[in-house]
This record gives sequence, structure tokens and C-alpha cells, in this order.
Amino acid sequence: MSSVATAPKKGFDFKAFLANNGALVGLVILCLALFIATPRFLTGPNLLNIGIQVSTIAVMAFGMTFVIVAAGIDLSVGSVAALSAMGSSYAVTTSGLPDALAIPVGLAIGALSGWVTGAMSAYGKLPTFIASLAMLTVVRGLTLVISDGRPISTASSVSWLGDDLGPIPMPIIILVVSGLLAAFVLNRTVMGKNSFAVGGNTEAARLSGIPVKRVLVTVFVISGLFAALSGMILAGRLDSAQPTLASGYELDAIAAVVIGGASLSGGVGRISGTLIGALVLAVIRNGLNLLSVSAFWQQVVIGAVIAIAVGFDVLRRKNVKH
Amino acid sequence: MSNDALLVLDKVCKSFGPVQVIEDVTVEVYAGKVSVLLGENGAGKSTLIKMIAGVHEPDAGQILFKGQPVRIRDTKTSEALGIATIHQELNLVPSMTIAENITLGRVPRKFGIINRREMRKIARDALAKLELDLDVNTPVGELGLAQQQLVEIAKALSLDARVLILDEPTAALTTTEIEHLFRVVNQLKTQGVGMVFISHHLDEIAAIGDYVNVLRDGKFIATVPADTDENELVRLMVGRDIDAQFPRVATDVSGQPLLTVEHLSEGALKDISLQIRPGEVVALAGLMGAGRTELIRAIAGADKYASGTVKVSGKKLTSYDVAAATRAGIGHVPEDRKTQGLVLDASVAENIGYATMAATAKNGLVDRKGQKARAQKVAERLRIRMGSIDAPIRSLSGGNQQKAVFGRWFTAGAKVLLLDEPTRGVDVGAKVEIYELINEITASGGCVLMASSELPEVLGMSDRILVMSQGRIAGELSTKEATQDAIMALAISNVHREEEMGIK
Repeated sequence: MSSVATAPKKGFDFKAFLANNGALVGLVILCLALFIATPRFLTGPNLLNIGIQVSTIAVMAFGMTFVIVAAGIDLSVGSVAALSAMGSSYAVTTSGLPDALAIPVGLAIGALSGWVTGAMSAYGKLPTFIASLAMLTVVRGLTLVISDGRPISTASSVSWLGDDLGPIPMPIIILVVSGLLAAFVLNRTVMGKNSFAVGGNTEAARLSGIPVKRVLVTVFVISGLFAALSGMILAGRLDSAQPTLASGYELDAIAAVVIGGASLSGGVGRISGTLIGALVLAVIRNGLNLLSVSAFWQQVVIGAVIAIAVGFDVLRRKNVKH
Repeated sequence: MSNDALLVLDKVCKSFGPVQVIEDVTVEVYAGKVSVLLGENGAGKSTLIKMIAGVHEPDAGQILFKGQPVRIRDTKTSEALGIATIHQELNLVPSMTIAENITLGRVPRKFGIINRREMRKIARDALAKLELDLDVNTPVGELGLAQQQLVEIAKALSLDARVLILDEPTAALTTTEIEHLFRVVNQLKTQGVGMVFISHHLDEIAAIGDYVNVLRDGKFIATVPADTDENELVRLMVGRDIDAQFPRVATDVSGQPLLTVEHLSEGALKDISLQIRPGEVVALAGLMGAGRTELIRAIAGADKYASGTVKVSGKKLTSYDVAAATRAGIGHVPEDRKTQGLVLDASVAENIGYATMAATAKNGLVDRKGQKARAQKVAERLRIRMGSIDAPIRSLSGGNQQKAVFGRWFTAGAKVLLLDEPTRGVDVGAKVEIYELINEITASGGCVLMASSELPEVLGMSDRILVMSQGRIAGELSTKEATQDAIMALAISNVHREEEMGIK
């Protein structure tokens, strides 16, 4: 009888910890291996470098977590990041808006793009894969249209996002703050909890009175906002908005969320997991660079890691549910 | 006597982690006999079946096939031994034809190309064994559930199955369909097929079974003849006497109608009007497809309706708005708790809390402590048996899951409960507890509209019966004067002659 309760064990259950934190354990092992393999891994500058590297993908993946928890997928985030970076700078440098408005304009572009994707899938009944795939192309196209295919220099407020605040780079500060914010919204707000219900069982959520369509639109707006932030960090670091900025990043963001333990069928996901997933990807890239592995081989390794990480997770779930 | 048994599970045990699910259980299956497996949900029936099917291996004890010990490592081994399981969820591909489904995975070939003629022949032979008259070129998706089930049985037989396990095959069938299934089972008996039959319907046991193996909490309780008295079977299964299978306590019906439906029409529903007063339980009876579920869903705001009104306490509700219906005090326990009622990955507390989460939130933040406390309270009140309030709801038995859906609406303070097959797939003990919840709602001034396909439940738990037929309310009966025959007469009353022909 399933009601037979296992008495909660006092103290630390190492096996359960391993089972629930596979990605974290993997990350620790990875770091240890790199620490042994190369003295250049565990140095202040290298760790800051990883922090900066991880920030763009992680911030984007935070937003993606909401969409995946709600059983959707957002392929448009890379393009949205580019349009937001481009639009925010264009508004200041070309249209003459005050510099302080650059970031709000960028965020608004992200939110609006997300809203369109969400509305297409919630009200237009397009699968999220298709709606966001369409937006991937449309938004990238718009970026090329306004930039005429050329990079433009960023507004100074956007550049600030790529600078340092004292000894700490701004991207890392934004990473931490936006991560905490995302975790709070996902776990504490009605909106966040609703996305779990919608992703876990849309029909049950609807019959409980949860506004399913509104939830679906909102997760895409959130995803768009985080993508915009991520794009502006990237542009800030480069001091210019490239029309090809962040292209292909959507796949890394999805990989980070999934390595972090979220289920693509919805209803399961954690912001902390997503951060770990993004760190796994960044540390592997960094380590392979330090070990002078060619960029071509890196792609092979990253792909294999994604398959292995998710494979382990599938096995684990299978063992949990008998 | 085990010498001539086809299949014997000899003192098998199985644990999952610290939980012992099966302890020293012995079950024997004889050629040409139907062995009924009886037990409440969670008694270990499905684990036992999975051992036979090769999904789980026993930790201790052994499995004998025709007297020889065998290890059933996986489903392939089980199939090779001639064991077939017909699950509630059928393993058919809806878009493929009957012939393609029956030969799935072993398509007859000629020069490497599919031999369609041979394929149809295999399928026709398989259907003929069951005296089924179906066109083998029909896509399976176009068949009704009952026929799909028979196709699956035909498929198993064409694989030379000698042992057939039927896991609650009658759960979703109408009376006529059940009769047909039983005819097929009896025929298989004469062909020497040994069968294991699982059902929650006690009245079916005597009709189809030869003997009954009773399980309780993973332990073997007794083997008794199939014609054992129903009350005795319940006592063996539950381990205590259940005073009444239908403990309806009628309450005074008074005051203004709580739920009023006027001239509601939409697609299959035609001009439905009804009123339910506080304290009343009204049952919706009728054949499958009569529109009971459609009506419940329309009232609950789950589906649109074209015309008509729904009022709660005289206040009109907007159509197709679950949130508005919920605020007005409607609670909807849907037909299928797994696909419509619960978020299986979420905890018991979360599942109970979905209807109150937004209403109790402050500044958009979930009232986590309050939600948990309310869930805990209602879980205790409804006696939901669970590991903890934070346990995933999928770890609960069917009856307890169903009680959690009730708990959701109890917490939300629903006054009008719309129940769609409230005890489907729920065992006897939990059934009675759910009936007691219905009594509780009416005693506190609420009302219940209950759609049910089980006539004993309709007769036992309602005050008034509305019989639906082809989307209309064909008539009303007071429960005191209603009989199964009277209900059935109304249920088929509007059926047009030509459509009746079509059914046959």
C-alpha cells in the first residue's frame, strides 16, 4: 500500500542527495578533474571569466525555465536577445532617446516578443515549438532590418552592464540578482506555482480554475524579459550590438535547463538546477579551452555531455517511480 | 492440485525499498478456468500482474509454468511463454487498421514486402476465434473502446496466448458490452485458455469467475469459490465489516434552489433544465454518450454552451469560465482524475490547494503556510492516507487520490459539487468513504449533481434521478420508486429506431 510511509531519516541521506542533485555532483567532479588537470583552472581571473561566460546563458535559461516548467519551449530567445540589444542601442544612438531609457526599451522589446509568441500559442493554438520557431526567424529578421546588417555601438547604460562594479563584473551581479528573482517568482508567487500546474497537467489546472492561457502568455513574457537582459549583457561586454548576436544561444539555454533536471514534458524544474546546468556547460567549455582542445571537438564533447546528463536523469526517474 | 496448474506464483515476495508490497502470495492459474484477483487498490494486484508480465521479478518465491520453474526476466520472456496481459490502457495504434495492429511486430512478408493478404488472413482468423464480425481494414481508432479491447484480446490469442490477464476490462464498458466480453471469456475457457480477471465490481465475479484469490495489504488472505456471498468477499478484502455499501443519509431539502440550469443547449446537449436545492443529491443516469459528462462540464464552465443559463444561488454565471464557477461555489470532480483532476508530479498539498491558491494570495505571493495548513486539515478530515502532505500525489492509491480532488473543493468551500463518475476505479473501502463525503456536503447545506454509470450507486446514493438520453433529460424518478428497469427504460426511450439498428 502506497500509504505506508517511510519514516523520515534523521541526518544526511547521501544516496537521496546524489539522486536529486546529479547535475551538481557532476559539476563538482568536473571541477575537481580540471583542478587536477591544469593549474590554470582554479585561479581568480579564470573563475571570474567563467562567471562572465555563464551569465548570458544562465540569465537566458532562467527565463527558459519558466517556459519549460509550463511544458513549452522557447526557441526565439537568441533572436530576442539580439533584437533587444540592437533596439535598445538604436533607440539611443539613432533615434535620440535619453540614454537612461535604453535598458527599459530593451526589456520592453523582450517582453513584447515574448507576448507575441505566448499569444500565438495560447490563443492561436500553435504548438510553442512552432510559434517560437517562427519568432526566431521573424525577430532575427527585424534585427537585421533595423541594423541594416551592421553592428551599432551600444548606449552607455547598456555598456555599463558589461563593466565591473568594483572588483566584481556586472554580469555576475546581474546573474545572482536575476537568479534570486527568478527563483522567488517561480516558487513563491501564484504565477510561478501556476506554471507548474499548467505544465504538469493543463486540463487539471484549467478545471481547477487556473487561467491557463494567461499563464502561458506570462511565461513567454518572462522568457522574453530574461532573454532581453541576457542580450544587453552580451552587447555591453562587446560594447556593440551585433546583428548576429546570441545566435544559437537558445539551444544552450534549453540544454542548461534540461541538464538542471527540468522535464521537457513540463511540471518539473528549478532555477538552481538551471544555474548548475549553465555552469556545467561553461566549465566544460572553459576546461576544454584551457586544455587546448579544438573548438570543433568541443562541440562533440558538449553534445555528448547533454545526452549523458539527461540520460542519467531519465534513469533516475525510472528508478524512483516503480 | 498444483500439478495441472498452467501457471503458479509460489510464495512470491516483492519490496520496493523499505515497503513490502507482496508477501508470500500464492496464485494458481488453471487451463480453462478464470481466477479472479480481488483486493482493494494498493493490495498488490498490479505488482502481482507485473510479475507475471515480466515487469518485476519476485525477490523471493518462484514462478512455475506448466510445473517447471521459470524466470520471467522481461516482457519478451513472458510473451514467449504464452502469457498476455490486457491492460486498462490498450496497446493499440489508433491510426493503424485492425489487421495491422494484430500483426504488429511480426508482419508477414513475401520477398521482403508486406504480404497484406496474409496479414488480413491472420487478423480474420484471430477475430473468428472470438466470433467477432469486424472489417479488418478498419482503423482501430474508429472502433469503440469495447471493440478495441476485443481486438487486443484477439491479438493476444493470435500470438498463441495460453494465459490471459485481464486488468479491469469492464471498467469502461456498458452492460451490453460486458455481456459480450463475458461471452468471449466463456468461449476462451472452452479453448483451454487460463485467465486472471481483475475487477472492482463484485457482481461480475460470480458471473465470470471460477474461484477468487483475495489479497489485502500485499498478503494472501484466502481462495474462495466465485459464488461466495458479496458481503463475505468485501469482508475478506477490507478486513472488517462494512455496514452499508451505500450509506446515504437523506437530509431535509429546503430553501431556494442552489443550482439552476435553464434551457442549456450545446452540440450534444438539448434544452436541459434542472434545479437542485440545498441538501439534495441528484444523480444523472443514462447510457454512455447520453450527454452526462457534457452537461457536468458545461455547468462547471469547462466547456462552452451555445444558449441557456446556469445560476448558483440565483446568480447567473458566465459561460466557459471555470474561475467564475469556482468563485460562485461550484466544485467539479472530473471523470478521469489522472488526466483531468490531478497534477501527478505535484504534492498532495499542492493538488488540494489549486482552487484556493489565487484567492488566498497576498500581493501575488502564495500563502505557503496557510495553503499547507488547510491541505493538512482537509486531508485529516477526509482521512487521506499518504506518506506526508508533501508526498507526490502519484504515490497515493486511486481512492485517496480521488479524495484529494474532493479535498480541493472542500477547502475552496464549494457548495455545489458536480461529480462525474466519483468512484470509478476506487475500491470498496474508499468508495464508502467517498459516499460519506457526499453525505457530509448535503448535511452542511450543499448539493450534489452526480453522473454515474453504476446503477447501484445511482439508486443507493441519490435522492432524485434524472435520466438522460441523447442529450435530453428523458425523465425524472424519485429514488424511492426507481428501479434499474425503470431507469433503463428511460435511458433508451428517445433512441430512434434507425440509430438503434446502427448500434447493433
